[in-house]
Amino acid sequence: MSDKAKSIASKKTSGQDERLKEVSKLRLLLNRPELGAVGGAILVFIFFGIVAGDTGMFSAYGTLNFLDVSANLGIIAIAAAMLMIGGEFDLSIGSMIGFAGICIAIPAIYWGWPLWVSIIFAFAMAVLVGYFNGILVVRTGLPSFIVTLAMLFILRGATLAITRLITGRTQVPGLRVLIENDPIAWMFATDTFKWLFTWLGSMNLIALRTDGTPLATGIPPSVIWFIAATLFATWILMKTRYGNWIFASGGDKNGATNVGVPVGRVKISLFIGTAVAATIFATIQVLDAGSADTMRGNLKELEAIAAAVVGGCLLTGGYGSAIGAAFGALIFGTVSMGIFYTDVDTDWFKVFLGAMMLIAVVFNNYIRKRVTETK
Amino acid sequence: MSENLIEFNNISKFFGKVIALKDVTMKLKKGEIMCLLGDNGAGKSTLIKTLAGVHKPDEGEIVIEGKKTVFDSPKDALDMGIGTVYQDLALVPLMSVTRNFFMGREPLKGPPFLKTFDIEKANQIAAERMGQIGIDVRDPSQAVGTMSGGERQCLAISRAIYFGAKVLVLDEPTSALGVHQASMVLKYIVKAASQGLAVILITHNVHHAYPVGNSFTVLNRGKSLGTFNKKDISREELLGMMAGGEELDKLEVELKEMDRLSKN
Repeated sequence: MSDKAKSIASKKTSGQDERLKEVSKLRLLLNRPELGAVGGAILVFIFFGIVAGDTGMFSAYGTLNFLDVSANLGIIAIAAAMLMIGGEFDLSIGSMIGFAGICIAIPAIYWGWPLWVSIIFAFAMAVLVGYFNGILVVRTGLPSFIVTLAMLFILRGATLAITRLITGRTQVPGLRVLIENDPIAWMFATDTFKWLFTWLGSMNLIALRTDGTPLATGIPPSVIWFIAATLFATWILMKTRYGNWIFASGGDKNGATNVGVPVGRVKISLFIGTAVAATIFATIQVLDAGSADTMRGNLKELEAIAAAVVGGCLLTGGYGSAIGAAFGALIFGTVSMGIFYTDVDTDWFKVFLGAMMLIAVVFNNYIRKRVTETK
Repeated sequence: MSENLIEFNNISKFFGKVIALKDVTMKLKKGEIMCLLGDNGAGKSTLIKTLAGVHKPDEGEIVIEGKKTVFDSPKDALDMGIGTVYQDLALVPLMSVTRNFFMGREPLKGPPFLKTFDIEKANQIAAERMGQIGIDVRDPSQAVGTMSGGERQCLAISRAIYFGAKVLVLDEPTSALGVHQASMVLKYIVKAASQGLAVILITHNVHHAYPVGNSFTVLNRGKSLGTFNKKDISREELLGMMAGGEELDKLEVELKEMDRLSKN
């Protein structure tokens, strides 16, 4: 009798468990921050597949084009997303791109430094700027929005003033000849998987130039950096103690402090992260173009934040994902390039960007309510 | 004397000219629940922060297991086994149960310099610990925001116990809760005490404190009005001793007066 009762009871509980698990798996998926961005990216690809499927947008060359644009944005968007999860903003990313550019170009061209020393110098400056941003925000308790807005002007102004002072103009060309044989420049300037594209070309699977070499020569370095940054950031957020501290610092600063999370250190390191990401962006761009321009990176900070928001980051911190930001960047990159393949006037791109962001914010707000609602 | 797990002898704390605490003495044994009662401004918060190592007492001594101790930081207090659960609980609603449970003290695995957060182990411990309290977290990766207020409180207490608290200091654990939720939390507090912890329960709600407390210390304007064993004092007497007591009497008189006037 009691055995029977027990077996019924156990059946009941196990049955219940299974049912609940199914629900929670679905919920888990629905509650993932990157859901919106992944869905959005799929929609974007379907749209361009229909509208521009036969225009060459999805040829090897076209694909690499929009991937390159997405990847460049993605590198800074991921760092911006991590900082946003940590509860802060960095509006100085765009200015940092311009600043890092001339930090590479002026020493290399005007002071005769080896290119690799100039690149390391730029990264060192990035760490300094990020540290300064971070310590200012942490020490003063001022909103990072204000502190980094100030830094946006300071850096851009300094970039312009210093460049004009030293060079007499606002552009520094002539870097391309320095790339060859440089011990580290190749990391930012070399296309990879060239053999694959050569092979694909020889098999007549991808478009060729008139001289028989493939039109798309290899994966651009930005894409490699982008993929590496996405994986690295995701690993940090999901799998490390420091990642948990990032969520905690952004989710509830006081609570995190009370249980021993070094909130100040976490935030400072994230500001260094955005400045370093801006410098990676700048290095790739400067070496690709062969020149630095003081206006490089203008408004990029807002695009990075937009991509992070579309990727599911909450403006209030404590929630978001690197994968989401990566897909957010992919959406923007794909649309900004794809629009050339359609009959739509490219002026409409910014309208799309804004609308996308509005939809994302409304959607994120809904998700947050779902996640935090009391059952 | 040394059977007391923790003693606070004649603790005083001044902020400039303000006397926040004066000569407060409390003694606790293992398994005992002491309720610290007092109205707003009685010095409860200052006392909690002194217990938690945030403030250093200006006078008096803290004795833990017979040894005189000075807390230089909250971490010292934590290391000595004093687990403080603040009113805000230090929980992040957007983060999962597991991530909250181990926030700041994540278990690690892997080789040096590449240590990762051992999320499987953390999930397992969190689910197990919550299960012991009778909270069925179907999925320890669910956000804390989906839990009820009582469950969150229990999670915060459970976390303090897991990380080695011998003395639990609970700041108003039931203040924001409904009757059902509050009784769930109080039940858990009694259970924790029965397992050998000493509990200091800070509250201004006599009705929550009286059923679970073994002894009661009443604070009024920074001074202790004394510590009473349960058998020596009634609920009404306790209520009367808190600053609110006289006020409530006065209120009752005033209400009667209003009642009388409105009838006329």
